[in-house]
Amino acid sequence: MIVAEQKTLDEIKSLVGDARKVLVVGCGTCVTVCFAGGAREAAIVATSLRMASRLEGVERDVTDVTVQRQCEWEYLDGIGEKISEADVVLSLGCGIGVQAIAEHFPDVWVVPGLNTSFLGLPTEQGVWAERCAACGDCILGLTGGICPIARCSKSLLNGPCGGSEDGHCEIDPEIPCAWQLIYERLERMGRLDALFEIQPPKDWSTSRDGGPRKIVRADLRLSPEEE
Amino acid sequence: MTARAADNGYLSGSNLERVLRAGHFAVTAELGPPQSADGDVIRRKAALLKGNCDAVNITDNQTAIVRMSSIGAGTILVQEGLEPVIQMTCRDRNRLAIQSDLLGAYALGMRNVLCLTGDHQSFGNHPTAKNVFDIDSIQLVQMVAAMRDEGIFQCGEPFKGQEPRFFVGAAAAPFADPVEFRPYRLAKKVKAGADFIQTQLIYDVEAFRKYMEKVRELGLHEQTYILAGVGPLKSPGMARYMKKNVPGILMPDEIIERMQAAGAAWAGKSKDELTPEEKKARSRAWREAGIRICIELIQQLREIEGVAGVHIMAIEWEEAVEPIVSGAGLLPRPVVETSAPQKAASPGGS
Repeated sequence: MIVAEQKTLDEIKSLVGDARKVLVVGCGTCVTVCFAGGAREAAIVATSLRMASRLEGVERDVTDVTVQRQCEWEYLDGIGEKISEADVVLSLGCGIGVQAIAEHFPDVWVVPGLNTSFLGLPTEQGVWAERCAACGDCILGLTGGICPIARCSKSLLNGPCGGSEDGHCEIDPEIPCAWQLIYERLERMGRLDALFEIQPPKDWSTSRDGGPRKIVRADLRLSPEEE
Repeated sequence: MTARAADNGYLSGSNLERVLRAGHFAVTAELGPPQSADGDVIRRKAALLKGNCDAVNITDNQTAIVRMSSIGAGTILVQEGLEPVIQMTCRDRNRLAIQSDLLGAYALGMRNVLCLTGDHQSFGNHPTAKNVFDIDSIQLVQMVAAMRDEGIFQCGEPFKGQEPRFFVGAAAAPFADPVEFRPYRLAKKVKAGADFIQTQLIYDVEAFRKYMEKVRELGLHEQTYILAGVGPLKSPGMARYMKKNVPGILMPDEIIERMQAAGAAWAGKSKDELTPEEKKARSRAWREAGIRICIELIQQLREIEGVAGVHIMAIEWEEAVEPIVSGAGLLPRPVVETSAPQKAASPGGS
């Protein structure tokens, strides 16, 4: 899932500025399951903004609404009227949700209420960890299902650097060394041989380094008559 | 890939290569460039090292702190008549920048490169920087070796003219985790084309002996020259710090105790109770012990089969190199003429 974190109320207040009519838009997908921007959080943020406005003596109309997926225009169409009426839309979607609103409503001012953090999963109650860097050329088949691009601090492809100690990364004792994990898993699976091969330099052109990415599936495209 | 020698029989013809190929026990030292644009710092440090080692490593923004560039400082070393080993990390440059810098370095007279991953920027003075890590150290070794042996850029295109012919080095951290993998990681570096290896600081000779047993079992000592890393301690505190905080360094208690014993005359007094003169005397006693221990380490490491030399890392203490090398009986440094080598390109000979 996409994992995000809420911005501080102070930053949110400064992003909202002196707008009178504020619409907080939550998203029912990834940011709901990571407790950053679902219906519950949207209601809390709206309440906090209302309270702050009252304390500051600012007259402000703050409402909230949550859609199933902010990253699909069909869902946004359902709240199109509310969006168009707002002076500012505070999106509690990930960065994709914010941009989906901006792109679909060219005349509406939209600001982010979250910081989109990473692609990851919950590892225990209240803890999320990064797992994928969306590099566009998956090598998990070589590394026992543990990604060194996302999980090694240096994205190394040929094994651990000299900074691996007691199973953790040199940059932070809280970060497990991805290569230690890969080594242990391949050893357990009797596949250590995979580590003795030299992996060539990665083709980063499928990653963000190749410029903004786009996928076109000819098999799914509508024919001109269908459009 | 087979290493391909030039017409003179050498891969690079560097002094370090010549000394190693002639079968001498090599000595390299390390020079940390200044956090300034002052070239005289390099000249001063060069004067301390000249004649005391076969080549001098110049660190590349070590611990991610910005310093004068390795190649810039290396150029001054060449002017001063010393031979640099350019350290090149993967942290700050992508494959384009690395290759272009190496072409420049070769044109400026540099002949040795040490290929490193690089310390993470979070350790340094620009922790908010973006890192690169386009390639890793093993891929870097492969790239620099292919520049020399196949005359190609990483993309596969041939050079338009002179190829850079470097003596290619890599690092080894024998005691970092997972420790069982370390000899195999060294094997990968050798397979990638590492002509020489410089190890992390060794204080635990017994542990290193065991590592070298495995290295010999894999036959790696016959395919690359292994220079064991040593460094003089300045104080017992430095030894304790390394034991506790530096990954991949094994510090035996016995060495910490010896360092403490060296300062025994001032023991029991807190820092504030010592006069400046007493502090100086204590520091001198510690440093003398550090140098003595370093000399003994070199003598023990030299006895291990497959150790082709030592790399002395006297961090911000270049003055220590002369007494260490002299004390270890490694002076004067050999002079090996540029003529064709008597021995084969591989350390084991053939």
